[in-house]
Amino acid sequence: MSGALVFVQVLNGLQFGVLLFLIAAGLTLVFGVMNFINLAHGVQYMLGAYLAVTFYLMTASFLLAMVLALLAALAFGLLLELAVFRRLYDRDHLDHVIVTFGVIIFLDHGVKLVWGSAPLSLPIPDLFSGSVRLPGGILYPTWRLVIVAAGLATAILLYVLIAHTRVGMLIRAGATHAAMVSALGVNIRRLFTIIFGLGAMLAGFAGILIAPILSVEPGMGDTVLILAFVIVVLGGIGSIRGAFVAALVIGLVDTLGRSFSVDILRLVMGPSPARTIGPALASMLIYLLMAVVLYFRPTGLFPVKGR
Amino acid sequence: MQMSLKRLRPHDGVPILIFLILAAIPVLALIRSEDYLLSLFERLMIFAIAALSLDLLIGYGGLISFGHAAFVGLGAYAVGILSAHGMHDAIIALPVALLSSALFAYVTGVVCLRTKGVYFIMITLAFGQMVFFTASSLAPYGGDDGLTIAARNTLGGFALFRSEGSLYYLIWGCLLGAYCFCRMLVGSRFGRVFRGAKENALRMETIGFNVYRFQLAAYVIAGMMAGLSGFLLANATEFVSPAYMSWQRSGDLIIMVILGGLGSLHGAIIGAGAYLLLEEWLSAFTEDWKVIFGPFLVLVVLFARGGLLGMGKGLVRRLSGG
Repeated sequence: MSGALVFVQVLNGLQFGVLLFLIAAGLTLVFGVMNFINLAHGVQYMLGAYLAVTFYLMTASFLLAMVLALLAALAFGLLLELAVFRRLYDRDHLDHVIVTFGVIIFLDHGVKLVWGSAPLSLPIPDLFSGSVRLPGGILYPTWRLVIVAAGLATAILLYVLIAHTRVGMLIRAGATHAAMVSALGVNIRRLFTIIFGLGAMLAGFAGILIAPILSVEPGMGDTVLILAFVIVVLGGIGSIRGAFVAALVIGLVDTLGRSFSVDILRLVMGPSPARTIGPALASMLIYLLMAVVLYFRPTGLFPVKGR
Repeated sequence: MQMSLKRLRPHDGVPILIFLILAAIPVLALIRSEDYLLSLFERLMIFAIAALSLDLLIGYGGLISFGHAAFVGLGAYAVGILSAHGMHDAIIALPVALLSSALFAYVTGVVCLRTKGVYFIMITLAFGQMVFFTASSLAPYGGDDGLTIAARNTLGGFALFRSEGSLYYLIWGCLLGAYCFCRMLVGSRFGRVFRGAKENALRMETIGFNVYRFQLAAYVIAGMMAGLSGFLLANATEFVSPAYMSWQRSGDLIIMVILGGLGSLHGAIIGAGAYLLLEEWLSAFTEDWKVIFGPFLVLVVLFARGGLLGMGKGLVRRLSGG
């Protein structure tokens, strides 16, 4: 457990964290403003990755593929909203869970039918395919730094959008007093559609960014979906700031836990039990964290006022 | 007996019919010599028990638990782990299965029930995931791959579980017992307080009930029932695996309850039946049955409010010219 290794893992955790933020940001908005539980949000992330692979094969340009995939992810999100989800906003949470669960089942298998069940991959663009020498002489893959930068840039953009534009003002108002916003003459349906499209695009963007590192396969959205929900709940539903903090915490805790749990446990127990308990504890760590936080703060770290 | 017969109401017809049909399945299987029917309906009834207990929480208490499969898994692992140590008797395995799921329900319920609404959904999910990962890491008991059980439980030395027919009726009896127990529970004073808390928790508090304690008790009861279903599942399949408690399995259980219709108890049995039979039937058609099943769920929620039971009632009302 050298200093350099810890540093690399912190960077990895940061990269995982910003990626999770991109997914959780849309989820927390949809959740907070529309009070809609969208389990199918992870599918948008998967679709982003698949679309990027397809458009890359068609255009042979990463940038072009990314733009096209973003637009396609947006279009698909809007389609889902207009065709199905729109009818559910005034239903209860249980109906949301079932319908979006149905959408997951359909798309996870639909993807298999269209692209086959073998994992696909997307090459890293040439410009970023190398490694960077970090202070201390460690080599670190450039693409992972690109993900961190892109994630942070998106977070800043989102902050500006939410805090300093008219749409952002409506979104903030909608998160706390949806009925009042509607009564003041704002087309709340259109606002919902905009938020949903934005969330779908952010999740798709996360999928595109991760495609060069992970294998693109059916069901890849399911695991991040659960993590994104943990983040949304931990940060406080509807709070972008909460989602950002929680995403970084979860990313770091999960990554560092997986890397060092065995080493840390070996300080207090023998190597053999440490090897058994370590990985289990590492996979549970974030859920444990969530349970503890919710026990002391039942509405998350940054509860949105007025809810 | 005379008393209880008199208390039967007209709408008790559906549950009685369900149990009669379930009781007749082994005869049908014997006549048509289709053995798979037995194991299919064993599975169906086992999931029906778990769905029943979930209906108790969701339908009567408004407590949407997204980690209910964990209790099923705990019950199943109790059988698996004991049998790996050479203890094959249900006299030990059943109490261990029930107590461990009850204990887990109590400990997690204390935490979960402090939260409400979506937070409750997510925190039950979190605990479900913890159990899932614990089971996946139990290397001595199969880890990710699961654990094959050497032999089904005996009951006080008798090989009651060993023959398919007697196991079937044992499960049938458990389902009937669970159903009657739930029926009694929701009708009792306890059940009325619990249901009242779903409608308006504040009002129940004001009347002077400690809602939290009632909900905790119901959570423990539901957890134990799901543990019973896990105990039966391990015996029927002779195999336990972490997959029994994945979050998708918890989702399946919620779907079963909704599909049948919330808050009627026998709706949960119908839902579990519809889900598993549909799965069986569709997967015979095509390997990609889920592509059909997903949109089906969407359509059920969009157009058939109240689940299959609600749809049936609507149909009856229309036919009777109402």
